[in-house]
Amino acid sequence: MKAGPLTLFALLYLLVLYAPIMLLPIFAFNDGTVIAFPLRGFTTEWFGLLLETPALHQATRNSLVIAVSVAVLATCLGLFAARAATRYRFPAKTGILAFIMLPLVLPEVIVAISLLVVLMQLGLDSGNWSIIAGHTLLCIPFSIAILQGSFSNMDQSLEEAAIDLGETPLSTFRLVTLPLVAPGIVASLLICFTISLDEFIIAFFLSGNAPTLPVYLWGQLRFPARLPMVMALGTILVVLSIALLVIAETFRRRGLRRAGLKDSGGFL
Amino acid sequence: MNAVTRALRSEGGKGLIMVSPPLVYALLLLAAPLATIVLFSFWTQNFLDIDRTFTIANYAEALSDPLYRELMLRSLRISASVTAVTVILAFPVAYFISFHVAPERKSLWLFLITIPFWTSYLIRVFLWRVILAFDGPVNGSLMGLGIIDEPLTFILYNANAVIITLAHAFAPFAILPIFVSLEKIDRSLLEAARDLGESRTMTFLRVTLPLAMPGVLAAVLIVSIPTVGDYVTPRLVGGSGGTMIANMIYAQIFDLNDRPMGATLAVLAMAIVAMTLLWLIARIRFWLWLAEGRGVWIALAAGLAEILAIRAIFTLGPGILGTPGTVLGLLAIATLGSVLIFLRVPKGRAGI
Repeated sequence: MKAGPLTLFALLYLLVLYAPIMLLPIFAFNDGTVIAFPLRGFTTEWFGLLLETPALHQATRNSLVIAVSVAVLATCLGLFAARAATRYRFPAKTGILAFIMLPLVLPEVIVAISLLVVLMQLGLDSGNWSIIAGHTLLCIPFSIAILQGSFSNMDQSLEEAAIDLGETPLSTFRLVTLPLVAPGIVASLLICFTISLDEFIIAFFLSGNAPTLPVYLWGQLRFPARLPMVMALGTILVVLSIALLVIAETFRRRGLRRAGLKDSGGFL
Repeated sequence: MNAVTRALRSEGGKGLIMVSPPLVYALLLLAAPLATIVLFSFWTQNFLDIDRTFTIANYAEALSDPLYRELMLRSLRISASVTAVTVILAFPVAYFISFHVAPERKSLWLFLITIPFWTSYLIRVFLWRVILAFDGPVNGSLMGLGIIDEPLTFILYNANAVIITLAHAFAPFAILPIFVSLEKIDRSLLEAARDLGESRTMTFLRVTLPLAMPGVLAAVLIVSIPTVGDYVTPRLVGGSGGTMIANMIYAQIFDLNDRPMGATLAVLAMAIVAMTLLWLIARIRFWLWLAEGRGVWIALAAGLAEILAIRAIFTLGPGILGTPGTVLGLLAIATLGSVLIFLRVPKGRAGI
């Protein structure tokens, strides 16, 4: 790596990219109710306060139920699409896949209000299940992007060999394909879980009276006195997200190594 | 074996069966709801129930009410600024990772760049409010260094704050596609250009940049479309001067309980963004084609002339045709032009 203006720019860029989340723990441990400099001293009071807020616990439970369901659902659906995309040629392939990937670029507000309008029109109550449905739609493209990598790295002749040796397509999938793409599946589960846990707009529109964690957070932002607690909660969330990502990335790399390939990029 | 089973056993059939679960899911939860809001936009709200007679009254109102027009234009302006800032700042970083970082370190850099993107959006936006605040670190350090005497007030609760925050949030979305297209460039092309006597700058301008254009274009699309409809950032850091169309859509649905109007604004926002991007891509192809065939100055003049003409129609048109007529006419002509360009002008060197 040559040190030059470009290196300096990239490092500066990285610093700005991390500026907000680096401030988070500073205020979470700051012994003052105002989120501003100068700092007042060290405290863990705000983290203690988190344990004493029942509404927060309810929201966390909701979010976890939603995130786990979304991770499983989106990864299952993503598996189908990724396999179809890497193994078969079929009519209107580009169009169909582009359509499934559409939520990646569509503003979330549009997805959220269209789901909301349909729910209201059908006279259904919104709740956790509707958030799960919306988040799954949002997560499928990410799942496909990750799994497509795993599938295209896999040597197709391994499957053919299994079939030739008398395995059924189903047992081939279970015994050969699944173990080879397993790291991709784990990475996809973790990423979808993270996205769902952090997603706000769809949850905000569809949550009804059972808020998820981000919706609960949004409500707290209006009360200046609750902000230090929000910072503490945010710190926990960010640390959790980063931990999940590091695990996901480790699995993705392990998958690449298992396929005997060199690493060529990150997620997406 | 009849024709249907044969079709299902073929490779195309198997592929379609394989892709059908996610496809059906997307049709049910994306296509059907989107069709529903388009339908809704042609209905009207009567106090508590919805009047289902087909009408374009919502569109007429949305296009003629100055408030909606201002919000729509502001959303487009903010989105355009965010896209410009993000892509221009992202390009050098993507270039650095692709050309200057050792291959085994590349994925680490990409991972570092994507991490902040995966952390809570809400929290990140809120922290920008802290950073840009009156007594925040930006003002604090600038005053401490003696660069300014009073805190800057133009960086929070207005459109600038929205642009800064969104540009930060969408950074990885711009870096990744540009990085991918830079990685695809055959390095021997660059050596060939240098061997043939091109300078470093000219090699970059004539080889690297055109070959990276598909990535830049992908970055533009992936940043500009979602930012037009952002809700959180304008609410948290935008103040009244930074309110965008998504906030109005939310207000229509939840506060004013006028779902058809909310649907109309959503449909209009999407249609206008799609047409604007189509216009942009078509014109870039046209201008590049002109620049190759007739020279750069002709291309610049043609571009300037069209932009001035659009500007003139937009300011003078409402007096003659009425606002809805002007906007629709303009969109129709621009889109027709784009389609013509796509049909007649071949793809240029830049792959656009």
